[in-house]
This record gives sequence, C-alpha cells and structure tokens, in this order.
Amino acid sequence: MDRLDFDVAHLFAGGLVLISFMLLYQDRLYALLNMFALQAVVLALSVSWQAHIQHAPHLYITAVITIAFKAIVIPVALHHIVARLGIHRDVENVVSVVPTMLAGIALVALSMVVMLRVTHGADALAREDLAFALSVVLLGLLMMVTRSNAVSQVVGFMSLENGLILAATGAKGMPLVVEISVAFSVLIALIVIGIFLFRIRERFDSVDIQAMDDIRGEGR
Amino acid sequence: MDLIGKLAIQLTQMLVVLLLAPLLTGFVRKVKARLLLRQGPPLLQPYYDLIKLTQKEAIVAESASWLFRVAPYLIFSATWVAAALTPTFAIGLLFSWSADLIAIIALLGSARFFLALAGMDVGTSFGGLGSSREMMFATLAEPALIMIVFTLALIAGSTELSYVAAFMMSPAVGLRVSLGMALIALVIVALAENARIPVDNPSTHLELTMVHEAMVLEYSGRHLAMIELSSQLKLLLYITLIACVFVPWGLAPSAADFSTHVLGFAAYVGKLAAAGLLLALFEVTVAKMRIFRVPDFIGVALMLGLLATLLRFMSRGL
Repeated sequence: MDRLDFDVAHLFAGGLVLISFMLLYQDRLYALLNMFALQAVVLALSVSWQAHIQHAPHLYITAVITIAFKAIVIPVALHHIVARLGIHRDVENVVSVVPTMLAGIALVALSMVVMLRVTHGADALAREDLAFALSVVLLGLLMMVTRSNAVSQVVGFMSLENGLILAATGAKGMPLVVEISVAFSVLIALIVIGIFLFRIRERFDSVDIQAMDDIRGEGR
Repeated sequence: MDLIGKLAIQLTQMLVVLLLAPLLTGFVRKVKARLLLRQGPPLLQPYYDLIKLTQKEAIVAESASWLFRVAPYLIFSATWVAAALTPTFAIGLLFSWSADLIAIIALLGSARFFLALAGMDVGTSFGGLGSSREMMFATLAEPALIMIVFTLALIAGSTELSYVAAFMMSPAVGLRVSLGMALIALVIVALAENARIPVDNPSTHLELTMVHEAMVLEYSGRHLAMIELSSQLKLLLYITLIACVFVPWGLAPSAADFSTHVLGFAAYVGKLAAAGLLLALFEVTVAKMRIFRVPDFIGVALMLGLLATLLRFMSRGL
C-alpha cells in the first residue's frame, strides 16, 4: 500500500479520536455542539478518503449522508433544543476534567491493545481504523457516563455512532442499505430524544439526570 | 581544521543566543504595544534595563542564606548551557552529541528547582506562594514535555536534537498526526514555562495572580539582571526548540560552507521574528486564566503528549 494513503487515513482517524477528547473537555453546550459538527466533518473526510483509496464509490454517499445529517441537521436541531430549554449557560461535569482525560487515555490504550491483538494478520489500514473506531466508541460511552446533562449525553451517544461508521468503512465498507437505515434510525433517535428532553424538563424542571435519581430516592 | 570550524560555530552560537535573547523580548513587547495602539518602549529597552540593573547596588535581605546569592548565577548558567546546545542556525555544533533533549529538560528543571528554592529562601510569604504555584505547574508541564520527547524519539529514532532536526528535514518524515499533537503540546508547555499570558502575566506585580514575579520579588541589582536575562534566554530557547524540530528548513547542515551558515542565520532571525509576532498576537487576543484553571490548560498538553505517543506507538506496530 502507498505510504501516503496510510498516513492520510491515519491522520483523519487520529483526528477523530482527538476531537472525541475535545468533546470530553468542552464544558459549554454550544461549543460542544460545534465540536460535534466538526467531528462529523472529519468523519466525512475520513470516509471519502477511504472511498478514494478503496475505489468504493458508494462510500461517498456515506460521506454525504454524514455531512448532511450529522454536521448540519442534528447540530442545528440540538442548537434549537438547547435554546428552547434555556440551558445554554453550562454543562456540569460529574467527574472533573483531568481524571476524565486520564480515564480517556486509558480507554484509548485499552482499545489499541485489544484491537491490535485481535485483528492480527489483517490489513494494516483496517486494523488501525478498527482500533481508532473502538476508541471513539469507548470515549462516547465515557462521555455518557461522566456527564449529567441530558443534552451532552445525547452528544456522547451520537459521537459513539461516529465511531461505528468509522469501523464499518475501515472494514471494506458495509452495504449501502444498512448504512442508510442506520443514518435514518439515528435521525429518528434524535427526534425521540428531543421529545423526551422536553418531557423530562416538564416533569422535573431540569434536564439534569441527577434530578431523576433524587425522585427515585437514590440521591447522593 | 574541522575541529576549529565546529568550535567557531559553537562559540558563535553561544554568543548569538546571549545577544539575541533581550532583543526578542523587546521585540515581543514592542509588537504587543503596537497592536494595542500604544507607542511601546524602544526595541533595545531590555538591554538598557540589564545594563542599568548591573550598575545598581544589590540589596540582600538579612535572612537570606548563601543560596539566595548563588541561585541567580546557577539559574543563568544552566539556562545558557541549554540554549547554547539547541541548534539555532547550524546543526554541526561541537557539542551536538551532548545536545540531548532529555539533558536540556534536566538543565531547565534544575534551573527551575533553584529558582523555587531561592523564592522560599528569604521567608517572605510572596516568595513561598510563587514557588508553590510554579511547582504546581511544573508537575504537569514537565511530564508533558517528556511525553513530547518520547514522541519525537519514536519518530526520529534518537533523542539527540541535531539528529532529530536532520531527520525532520528529510522527506522520510511523512504526514503524521502525532507530530501535530506534539507541536500543540509543546506550544502550550512553552507558554506555561515562560510565564506568558494565559498562564501568568510577565509584566504585572498583582499579588493574586503573579507566579514567576513572586519568586524573584526579593532580588535586585545584578542578581535581578541575571534572573531577567535567564528568563529571556528561556523564551529564546523554547522558540528555538520549536523552530528546530518543527520548522527546521534553513538550518545549515554539518559540513556546510560559510555562505550556507549566513543563510541559516538569516532564516533563524526570520523564524524568531515570526514566532515573536505570533506570540504577541496570541497574547493580546487571550485573557489570563484563573490560577486554578491553569492545571486544566497544561493538562491538555499532557493529554496530547500521551495521545501522540500512543498513536505513534500504534502506527509503528503495523
């Protein structure tokens, strides 16, 4: 394989992991949403580069879907939701930044150790993509665990899905039908979550998940 | 003949860093003032300050020990040696075999150690406060720097600066995400270590926020001149380090003729000016952080360094 092909793919995939860390670090909701849109753009670039080097034109469609839904529709919708809820001031972290970062680094190391061992003998590009994809997925999960605000949990969930797309394109692409249906189910998830957010707010006067624990008598 | 040539280059380099350091500081101050639509002090003001300080009487507190008196010279010499080892305009220095990145970090670390000791020596509350804050930053900045060095060493295959610079000039480098992360991390560490604006403001004496100035508050006369000169040298050293690793173009290779060296020198001055301009621009656009936000800021550098090392390690295993 060409050296440059690998280097550029590595650059984009590494950039995705880096943006996942920036999502973890961000403590303002609007900045969080912008960062999420940026991650979608980098993912689209990464997917189109894969399409270019794998000569798989249907991956370009994946890239276009990613740009349209994840970089434009979902961030704009979440912007509206945040503005309507009036919670654009801040995001409260359950765990502070430095321990979260260290946990994130540990997860990246873990996913590399696991993936490089499991995929022994496969194509270098696919191995690297899978390792990065697992890191993005784990970092998205970490974000859902450490944040108590419902909107940032949604962003964590969506960035987790970015990791899945990266894995799918690295492994010689998945069928376009599956890809499109996944994209639409994410969109539907967004609508459902949006309705839920307003319901939660109506009931508890806040979108802080802590409030639900309190009402169940599990408060700290 | 070869030895004499190398020795001449090494000696020129030692003088160049010493002479250019105050000019760089003056330049940054001037650009900052102009960006804020002020006249600003003359470009050569740091030289006048240093000369004035050496002519003044050095007043030492009654409770100061011998350490307080020697610390400025120790700090200055450690910083000067570190700056003289970093390739500025030529790679083929006589002592380039000892210009190891880890050795340079160790020299800077010992300079910081003596500065913190001297800050606590007199026993005033400000000195102790400055020392404790400086050490709080250092506990994050130094591991970050070590991680950056690991990344560079994994890529270039050596921790020797002249070797790294030569490798970065060759086309074998390629496009690497680790290098970009290492660059950002190094810039953050450089800002923190040189007490520049988001971390510390070098030109105020406000009790609540000062870090570096609090430690050197008791110094006067020639001792203060030494401290000032070494902090100017440190700024020059960090810019040189970044330039030599990440923009090595124009560095004269080891067996080059005289004109190549002149060209390398011109390139070096250009790089310093560009870096000074960027630094001034950055400083007027950001606000100073609260002191307890700073560990988060430097933590980013540590995180980037760790991540860069991990990514590099991984792509090498493929």
